[in-house]
Amino acid sequence: MSEERNIPIKLPVLARVEGEGSLELDIRDGRIEHLKLHIFEPPRMFEKFLEGREYTEVPDMVARICGICPVAYQMSAVHAIEGVFGIDPGPWVRTMRRLLYCGEWLQSHALHIHMLAAPDFLGFASVTEMARKYPDEVRRGLGLQGLGNDIIHLLGARSVHPVGVCVGGFHHAPGRVQAEELLNKLRAALSDAGELVRWTAGFDLPQVEQVFTTVALRHENEYPMNEGRIVSSAGLDIAVDEYETHFAEHQEPHSTALHSLLEGEPYLVGPLARLNLNLDRLPHAVRTVLEETGIRFPSHNMYHSVVARAVEILLAVHEAIAILESYEETTTPAVEVHTKAGTGYGCTEAPRGILWHRYDLDSKGLVTAARIVPPTSQNQARIEEDLRLSLQAFGLDRDNDTLRQRGEMAIRNYDPCISCATHFLDLRVRRT
Amino acid sequence: MADKPKIAVHKFASCDGCQLAFLGMGEDLLTLSELVDIVHFVEAGPVATDAEVDIAFVEGSISAPDDLERIRAIREHSHYLITIGACATSGGLQALRNFADADEWVTSIYAKPDYIRSLSTSTPIAAHVKVDLELWGCPVDRRQVLAAIRDLLSGVAPAFEQDKVCLECKREQAVCVMVTRGLPCLGPVTRTGCGALCPRFGRDCYACFGPGENANTESLSRRFEGLGLMPDAIARRFHFINSGAPPFTEAGQGKDK
Ligand code: SF4
Ligand code: SF4
Repeated sequence: MSEERNIPIKLPVLARVEGEGSLELDIRDGRIEHLKLHIFEPPRMFEKFLEGREYTEVPDMVARICGICPVAYQMSAVHAIEGVFGIDPGPWVRTMRRLLYCGEWLQSHALHIHMLAAPDFLGFASVTEMARKYPDEVRRGLGLQGLGNDIIHLLGARSVHPVGVCVGGFHHAPGRVQAEELLNKLRAALSDAGELVRWTAGFDLPQVEQVFTTVALRHENEYPMNEGRIVSSAGLDIAVDEYETHFAEHQEPHSTALHSLLEGEPYLVGPLARLNLNLDRLPHAVRTVLEETGIRFPSHNMYHSVVARAVEILLAVHEAIAILESYEETTTPAVEVHTKAGTGYGCTEAPRGILWHRYDLDSKGLVTAARIVPPTSQNQARIEEDLRLSLQAFGLDRDNDTLRQRGEMAIRNYDPCISCATHFLDLRVRRT
Repeated sequence: MADKPKIAVHKFASCDGCQLAFLGMGEDLLTLSELVDIVHFVEAGPVATDAEVDIAFVEGSISAPDDLERIRAIREHSHYLITIGACATSGGLQALRNFADADEWVTSIYAKPDYIRSLSTSTPIAAHVKVDLELWGCPVDRRQVLAAIRDLLSGVAPAFEQDKVCLECKREQAVCVMVTRGLPCLGPVTRTGCGALCPRFGRDCYACFGPGENANTESLSRRFEGLGLMPDAIARRFHFINSGAPPFTEAGQGKDK
């Protein structure tokens, strides 16, 4: 790309993603020669400052990796650490962790659908603009987001960086009355969640199919959140601690985020991957609503991610209701912890896909090494592949602004959380 | 219409959690967007990096070479500049690198460290430009942000929280976790604003709202020793979310071997 008439065109920062980044395209003779999704948020080096910390400090620390999905970080961490100590916190804690995860999926998915994705599909620049035309839908979405925050509040005192989680369980068990109040709100929102699924299924989504491998957790009998084996649409089926033998991260010069590959190939994690791989784990009522939309899953249209997200919102509302209907208070919200040296692994389903952690602890429970693989770095190679395919199919002769919009839409669809990749977007096109 | 106050929200190194004070406000966000013009807020949609605004909210710390230029430009284009959260106000959790050889960290994390553009420190916004108001908290509470907007736009000097979490505990009638359970609570030296969330949940405060006025860290450290904490554990208590806030920087170093 040296000699000829390069026309570098700089396009603005990629809006409506969580975190920041930029996209660079080299178009030559009508084909994409290079495509680079830059993610250059400054690295925050969490894995390093976890070293030397006591296990008790880890949940409050890792929550700060991402303000949109702090629960996921806390959940992967506590599971990994409990694995080292050989602790099983029992059914009460297990159920409450699932409830907490319902809260995070609800708030994060509702935020993504309404503030980031729907404006794209309906042709608005932002949610506030969209709200003028779709006031009721926006209000419904903000209500569901708020409800997710309420669930996290119940167990964590606040929705961003909740303070209730500890290794072994929770610092505090919610009272009966609060649980009851929340249950009533959730029951009232059930029809809203169903309507949301129908609304997203009615969007005029681009009809494009791509071939990709999906990866998610799979549990014996539940829709996966905190537990399960790591499976793929290509037949992978491994335990969480075998992750490193199949998945590898590498660095690309254009990005501070690491790229993760499965056996050398890009793959998809997140709501579409989860739903495609776990259809048979949906509760009957949720499945019925999904079938009524007429969209067939497993789907290979990436844009069905927005529908998958809405389905998971409905699932979360159902599940949270079921949990709270049989809620019982306890005086022992956490089990006793005895430290032990060893290595532990945790993998849970963050809203954007599997979040994998590994900790090495010494006998006093101090961290000697940590490794954290967030969903965004797992999806990055897939996002680049998608961009290449979708822009090529869309037509590269279009003007830059149209290309940028299309590119943004494709990227936003992954809900990339660039702050978690511990890392910023503007678009540059060079045509030669 | 044309003279609605203009607001921008900018991000530097952070977890995005403080922006949720806006994105998580529910219907209030729609009301706010009627009252003010949100001209730049990348995560929510509008992008106008260099627009002149009445209030710029800044999240995140200065931790990469390009940040320096960007924060100066933001300052130049804003009437008021308000930091939101621990990252912007004290350097955040990532300021822990200030005590380490950050370059060595980069080399040990990244196989190709030369691809990484990063400063060896993470510093608060006020270390680089004039800041008009600092909102502490990791994350900031939505009420703090709304109150600041309301006060500034109606020409009132914003109230500034100075009490300690301890006092909030008393007002909330929470049982003291240090007295009753011997937990190493940082409430006595931490600025209130959270409503004493942790003690009310039966756990010790870890100072996510930063140091309160005249924080007596020395006496609290002695108390922690009395509770049986080893010096390195006490140092870690202070060098956590707000390690870059001077009282905590010093308290933590005093205990470092
Ligand atoms: S202050 Fe805390 S909540 Fe706010 S952006 Fe920084 S890490 Fe996130
Ligand atoms: S750590 Fe302290 S300041 Fe932060 S929420 Fe808990 S009690 Fe409040």
